[in-house]
Amino acid sequence: MTSSAPDAILSELVLEVSDLKVHFPVMAGAVMRKQVGSVKAVDGVSFNVRRGETLGLVGESGCGKSTTGLAVLKMLDITSGQVVFEGEDISGYDRARMRPIRRRMQMVYQDPFGSLNPRMKVAAIVGEPLEVHGMAADRAVYRARVASLLDMVGLLPDMADRYPHEFSGGQRQRIGIARALALEPSLIICDEPVSALDVSIQAQVVNLFQELQERLGLTYIFIAHDLAVVRHISHRIAVMYLGRIVEIASRVDLYARPLHPYTVALLAAIPIPDPEIEATRPQQIIAGEVPSAMRPPPGCRFHTRCPKAMEVCKSVDPPMRTFDDGRAVACHLHGA
Amino acid sequence: MLCTGARLMGAPLLSVRHLSTEFRTERGTVKAVDDVSFDLAAGETLAIVGESGSGKSVTAMSILRLIPDPPGRIVAGEVVFDGRDLLKLEDHEIRAIRGNRIAMIFQEPMSSLNPSLTIGLQIAEPINLHRKTPWAAAMNMAADLLARVRLPDAKSRLKSYPHQFSGGMRQRAMIAMALACQPQLIIADEPTTALDVTVQAQILALLKEVTRAANSALILITHDLGVVARYADRVCVMYGGRIIETGPAREIYARPRHPYTIGLMASVPRLDQATGTRLVPIDGQPPNLANLPPGCAFAPRCRNAVDRCRVERPALVKSGPEHLSACHFHDQLSA
Repeated sequence: MTSSAPDAILSELVLEVSDLKVHFPVMAGAVMRKQVGSVKAVDGVSFNVRRGETLGLVGESGCGKSTTGLAVLKMLDITSGQVVFEGEDISGYDRARMRPIRRRMQMVYQDPFGSLNPRMKVAAIVGEPLEVHGMAADRAVYRARVASLLDMVGLLPDMADRYPHEFSGGQRQRIGIARALALEPSLIICDEPVSALDVSIQAQVVNLFQELQERLGLTYIFIAHDLAVVRHISHRIAVMYLGRIVEIASRVDLYARPLHPYTVALLAAIPIPDPEIEATRPQQIIAGEVPSAMRPPPGCRFHTRCPKAMEVCKSVDPPMRTFDDGRAVACHLHGA
Repeated sequence: MLCTGARLMGAPLLSVRHLSTEFRTERGTVKAVDDVSFDLAAGETLAIVGESGSGKSVTAMSILRLIPDPPGRIVAGEVVFDGRDLLKLEDHEIRAIRGNRIAMIFQEPMSSLNPSLTIGLQIAEPINLHRKTPWAAAMNMAADLLARVRLPDAKSRLKSYPHQFSGGMRQRAMIAMALACQPQLIIADEPTTALDVTVQAQILALLKEVTRAANSALILITHDLGVVARYADRVCVMYGGRIIETGPAREIYARPRHPYTIGLMASVPRLDQATGTRLVPIDGQPPNLANLPPGCAFAPRCRNAVDRCRVERPALVKSGPEHLSACHFHDQLSA
């Protein structure tokens, strides 16, 4: 079955992030507390997202993908940089000014067990955003809206009066998605939304995300560590490493023509579920582990593990180079 | 008697027959493993694949009799390892096998390492215990083992504690510990699920390399069909506590003969697939083991199910030269 979604989306920009930095201070001392360093969780990240598009953020632990998601929602203080949402620069907004913005930006979390209040019925969980934003005054309209949200994510009307513990992981994630849809947001940030689910259930939820996108024209940032899932659902993918984006490519180019050695390594690390293909696939497994974000290596952050590292990589931080077709890479091998 | 094909080497290294393990819970008795049989040859890699609750981990734990009793109990079957039924051994006899001739690697290395002992001591301990090697010599062997699993500065790492290691280094230390007594069989239960993608690939490649070098057999328990495709010689697919399909890996992927296996393969995204395709999910939920249907456990989710599937439990029968399937219609399926 082929979806109607095209590979390239050319609509207007919903989100523009430029040179975003999120640094967390590291404190020491019991009495005389002082800052002894900082964890540069996100350190100069730029990307944009168009309406109706899914941008995948992929990388290993500590790459800053989840922090990027939270910073875009302004659920974390950003250290510097710009976040422009639907033409409005929200970088300096405080909580009060973010409140109306949050109606248009929602989040779906990884843990379908921890993110739903166990003492609330499903109808109340899904309807809570409507209550919070004063859209529940007319009870008949409110109830109809909750019913239609449940229907939209494939839950039955009689499930509205049950509690989260009565549901499986996949169903709970549907409840979380219904809650995110309640305010008709223009952007949904999904942080590892299927990684806690069993393989056979993952596909149900992935398909639901895609169906909702086609029906409602939703825009997603899809954050995950599983490159196969990210590539499947995203139109474009940003590969992150130690607080930086190292490459942005379309889902076609990412697999067919990866440019950054880290993207190549990440692709090679993921086995393809077919023994015939695996038998002939070159096994280029890179050595080492991700260094600490408190002391990232100088120069290119990937040079300590890069099979193609050159002398220049040890000292000069490669700038992001953007090509005409929209793909971008930060690597001295692909410099100007 | 179940036959997984002619073996040139004679008796298999491990032969599991009609293994059943139950857990008594508040909601009644749960058959976590139900009539499971399989063989494993020396040096072979067998993957046991399934989703949570399929019984794959309980099968592994039952082989080494690591099921906590109560609430669990192995209620039937044989686990014949190198000619002896492990289920009939005295406690001290099975302890002499664990960590010595059969080693186990768990998912979370942090909880299987002792946080208050040095890595060196923990690797040398089984060598000292099982082989009666003096401590000094055992520590030297531990350093060699750490070098073999390519831990940088192996010798100086002997004095490190587990918390000083990263997740990948801990799992390397676990593999070194598993290799310590040159086991004939290593059981690895989701050994890389907690690790980063590039480290996962390193650890699995290492595990495969060291088991091959030592001609140890490997049972790899995983939910990842990609890992199975890359590393396994043979596969057992489990669902609802039973093996529903088994055979050589290439055969299972090329000609799956059970609707669950077929469904699982269609529901996983692949890196090499064309863009814009849709996954085909398996409808419904995994079964509740405390309340399994009388017929085929997969029938409620199966698109091909007919009345017979709901009342008659299919036996695991021959579907090819080395291929077994527990589907009434195994010879009529196409992927």
